Amino acid sequence: MKWGETIRTALEAIRSRRMRSSLTMLGILIGIAAVMLTVGLGQGAQAQVRAQINQLGSNLLIVSPGSSTSTSGLRGGRGSASTLTTRDAIALASPDVAPDIARVAPVVTGSQSLTAGSTNWTTNVVGTTPDWLAVRARSLTEGRFFTTAELNDAASVAVLGSTTATELFGGRSALGQTVSVNGTTLTVIGILNTAGSSTTTDEDDQALVPQTTYASRIASGGNATGISTLYIEATSTDTLSAAYQEANKALLSTHGMTAATADFTISSQQSLLTTATSTDRTLTVLLAGIAAISLLVGGIGVMNIMLVSVTERIREIGLRKALGATPRAIRRQFLVEASTLGLSGGVLGLILGLVGARVLPHFLNQPVTIPAVAGIGALGIALVIGIVAGVYPASRAARLAPIDALRSE
Amino acid sequence: MSVASIPGDGSEPILRLRDVGKVYATGSVEVEALRGVSLDVARGEYVAIMGPSGSGKSTLMHILGCLDVPTTGTYDLAGEDVSTMSEAALATVRNRQIGFVFQQFNLLASLPAWRNVELPLCYTGMGRAERRERAISALERVGLGDRVNHRPGELSGGQEQRVAVARALVTDPALILADEPTGNLDSHSSADVLALFTELHEQGRTIVLITHERNVAESAQRIVRILDGEVDSAMSAAAGNVR
Repeated sequence: MKWGETIRTALEAIRSRRMRSSLTMLGILIGIAAVMLTVGLGQGAQAQVRAQINQLGSNLLIVSPGSSTSTSGLRGGRGSASTLTTRDAIALASPDVAPDIARVAPVVTGSQSLTAGSTNWTTNVVGTTPDWLAVRARSLTEGRFFTTAELNDAASVAVLGSTTATELFGGRSALGQTVSVNGTTLTVIGILNTAGSSTTTDEDDQALVPQTTYASRIASGGNATGISTLYIEATSTDTLSAAYQEANKALLSTHGMTAATADFTISSQQSLLTTATSTDRTLTVLLAGIAAISLLVGGIGVMNIMLVSVTERIREIGLRKALGATPRAIRRQFLVEASTLGLSGGVLGLILGLVGARVLPHFLNQPVTIPAVAGIGALGIALVIGIVAGVYPASRAARLAPIDALRSE
Repeated sequence: MSVASIPGDGSEPILRLRDVGKVYATGSVEVEALRGVSLDVARGEYVAIMGPSGSGKSTLMHILGCLDVPTTGTYDLAGEDVSTMSEAALATVRNRQIGFVFQQFNLLASLPAWRNVELPLCYTGMGRAERRERAISALERVGLGDRVNHRPGELSGGQEQRVAVARALVTDPALILADEPTGNLDSHSSADVLALFTELHEQGRTIVLITHERNVAESAQRIVRILDGEVDSAMSAAAGNVR
């Protein structure tokens, strides 16, 4: 029997038992839709977290003073006596020491009260270098960032976050205005573009000044070289781990320490991402597992119906065999029937999944991202389930002796 | 064991059974259904195989129809030894050489008459248009040219059996094998179907009809009686001589 003929016969058999066929497909449909939606929800949640972390800047490594170990907790001084210095920043920026590091932005921060005219606003004042803008992947809406010359001169300039600018100057343009911090008057030369708030800090509420200006004129302690964080940008995503190794090695050698006594911690976006998404992923895997079980149950349903169908149509099988159907032709007929049930259920499940992906975000306030691969994969899985569920009933039908099959009532 | 001889043209037999035996093993019990049956049927002959139930005539019909293989002996169908063939090869032989007519008609209720008739052709790889054409001409042949699109449920028993005969004819087989074809029909329809067989015989078809009814067997050219798994040669004769 030709394939076209086999498929036509299978479709006729499915159509002639509409109710039963639809119920059988329903099992596959629900399974496929459930798997797709749980995977889609997981992917959506991960994409959301990834987007938040990517706001920090691309290819970013973050060096913080002190290290946490399981035995002694925090080691080294975070805060007043920072173990990181501008010397470290200069060392890491050297292409000889760390060829995979593109830029380094040392950052020293402190909470300070800013005054503009009669308005006060307490915010995070950040002393850094001109590379900060590129390292943190930020841009300006107005004005400019400070230059290396201004850094070297400890110039009295500041770049404000959009929230800070609004709080200090209201609707007026902040550009060219002055603010005073700790008795030092700074000229506003630029406004940052908005970045949205991450989970820990409001990236739009800060004031950036040259690191030298911060150290010499704003910081109350007067530690001229101490810094609180080093942001490192690797040359690309692929070199991130090489950059990590280079930074680790360089810092250990400038600090004269071994890995066991390290007084700094390097974390990457990847590690942040891993922490942030691991719980999400566990939940997704769990839900997808439950969904997969429902898919399995759907597959068992297909097998069950096919077995019933073989028993019911035993005379038809006997007749077809008597008329010249080979065992292979019979097997093929039932396999095609089972896989058609599976695939049709899969297609309907895919449609339901895609509709769900559109509708669910309105109720869950959570994006649902169904990757194209998942859609195609779902169809493939549905087809495979149909085939696997069909193998046993089909081979039973193929093995029937024609005389026994014809004789049965 | 004498060979039930062929009266008539003496041409090469289309069916040739030699010492065919069939033993069924049911658990530890062995049942000998056929004990050395030898039988020749010539091309164009119309033979009735008659016997009471339990005589082994059903077993003989299964072997003649290539639905089962003999335990011992040989069976040549249209010059081919089919007694040792695989299941798949037998399926092809049934498809090409044999047209079945069953007591229960065995039509698929969901398909119209012409789709039932074309069914054997589906397993030959023939194109759809040609299958339909041949199915319709076979239905016309049995006088059902106006019932092509009727489903079995919309036909009378006699008409259903004629659809089955059309299905047996459609592949132009070497042998038409009818197993109690009138068993489910009233006397009028029976006569109708038997007349159709006689007509087909006159057109040169080889027909083997299995029955337990004498009046049905008498429509054949020759009667072979089976008793206890053997050909009862004393009682086998040309139909005209039985009476």
